[in-house]
Amino acid sequence: MHETPLIAEHRAAGAKMVDFAGWEMPLHYGSQIEEHHAVRRDAGVFDTSHMLAIDVTGPASRPFLRRLLANDVARLQGPGQALYSCMLAEDGGVRDDLIAYFMAEGRFRLVVNAATAQGDLDWLEAQRPAGVALRARRDLAMLAVQGPNALDRMAKALPSLRSAGAGLAKFTAVEIGEMFVARTGYTGEDGVELLMAADQAAHTWRCLVAAGARPCGLGARDTLRLEAGLPLYGQDMDATVTPFECGLAWTVNLTDGREFIGRQALLARPRRFHAAGLVLDTHNGVLRHGQRVTAAPAEGTVTSGSFSPTMRRSIGFARLGAALPPGETVQVAVRGSLLDARVVKPPFVRHGKILV
Amino acid sequence: MEIPEALRYTATHEWVREEPDRLITVGVTDHAQDSLGELVFVELPGIGSQVHPGKACAVVESTKAAADVYPPFAGTIVAVNNTLAETPEQVNKDPYGAWLFRLRPAAPPDLSTLLDAAGYRNTIA
Repeated sequence: MHETPLIAEHRAAGAKMVDFAGWEMPLHYGSQIEEHHAVRRDAGVFDTSHMLAIDVTGPASRPFLRRLLANDVARLQGPGQALYSCMLAEDGGVRDDLIAYFMAEGRFRLVVNAATAQGDLDWLEAQRPAGVALRARRDLAMLAVQGPNALDRMAKALPSLRSAGAGLAKFTAVEIGEMFVARTGYTGEDGVELLMAADQAAHTWRCLVAAGARPCGLGARDTLRLEAGLPLYGQDMDATVTPFECGLAWTVNLTDGREFIGRQALLARPRRFHAAGLVLDTHNGVLRHGQRVTAAPAEGTVTSGSFSPTMRRSIGFARLGAALPPGETVQVAVRGSLLDARVVKPPFVRHGKILV
Repeated sequence: MEIPEALRYTATHEWVREEPDRLITVGVTDHAQDSLGELVFVELPGIGSQVHPGKACAVVESTKAAADVYPPFAGTIVAVNNTLAETPEQVNKDPYGAWLFRLRPAAPPDLSTLLDAAGYRNTIA
């Protein structure tokens, strides 16, 4: 099993460790629900070192990424700007979702999922033209500091980053010495993601915890991203669906005349699924991945489901055979019973506020 | 893991106590709550309902998974711990205090058919 540079910190803090995509990762440090609330109300810190940064450099890197990604990196003009995108297969299926950071002309950084990292590297290498170099940054650790007080906690913990935190626009990144600071995240709250040399990770982690950022595990990360309406690769989308079928149409740019991988298939392929958010208003069950949704003609399945600590009821994402407007009711098979679920448009919660 | 000597246990991770009034009180063990993780939802049987061993009569559901709860004996439900509807996490904090239901056994119950603390400890070792 792979270990991150923070494994000793997790064990010392009493984390319950689980296997996530071949990595030994903290699920929680005692209470997943309290960790969730800490991020909605104050600040939490996550070890996300299982994710992989890939540096794409060279004079041809921009045209390369314009062909590789379904969103258009031509939109990245100012140094530090970031873009969320799917990377598609030729048939339009989602190979991965990622964030691309533009650091300087001829220098981009991609951050990809742990489970897909090796496949992504192989794919990038196979597509790579002359004039592009790839470097998998397995030498880096990654932390996410998230929550309404995340920037304050970071400034207190890491004074050298104070100016970065205050001046950094949302969805942009900056490099300060050896530290890569991005105002991005996966929780629906303000915050930063930090990339640093692996041997700096433990010290940085301890400083953030000492400054009041609560250690948070993958359990809270999952309920936070679900409330925030953010899909999880491997669960809400994979190579069998297109971005149009999993709620990510907004990330695909078809109008710029650009010939990216998967574009022809996206135009030709009939749309089979529509993504929807679901809420169980009756407090008597929990939506889970794989449950059947039965509401003719919109039959489908729950792709992600959990208990929302903020809403104190169950929420989820579903893949349905037809588009249903918010407010419609569907039935979900939850442990042998058909429970009514309300169709909503995610996000469910952002910046501490319930939106549905 | 706490396994009080005074209680009896099932292989399906319920704890069982015979009360002075001969009613049978049932909850889930410390091991069960620890394996499940934080509870978010408890479904309890209706008062007056008939229950049978081998047939689940309650559900405890955590952030991670749901688990059925089985009655140790056939009987009639005479009380349920309704406070768990609002505070299911009580089961995590105090598994042997946060009982789920009480039943009146249909026949005099033989608690020696259940596991004692040592026997239960062996099943989870």
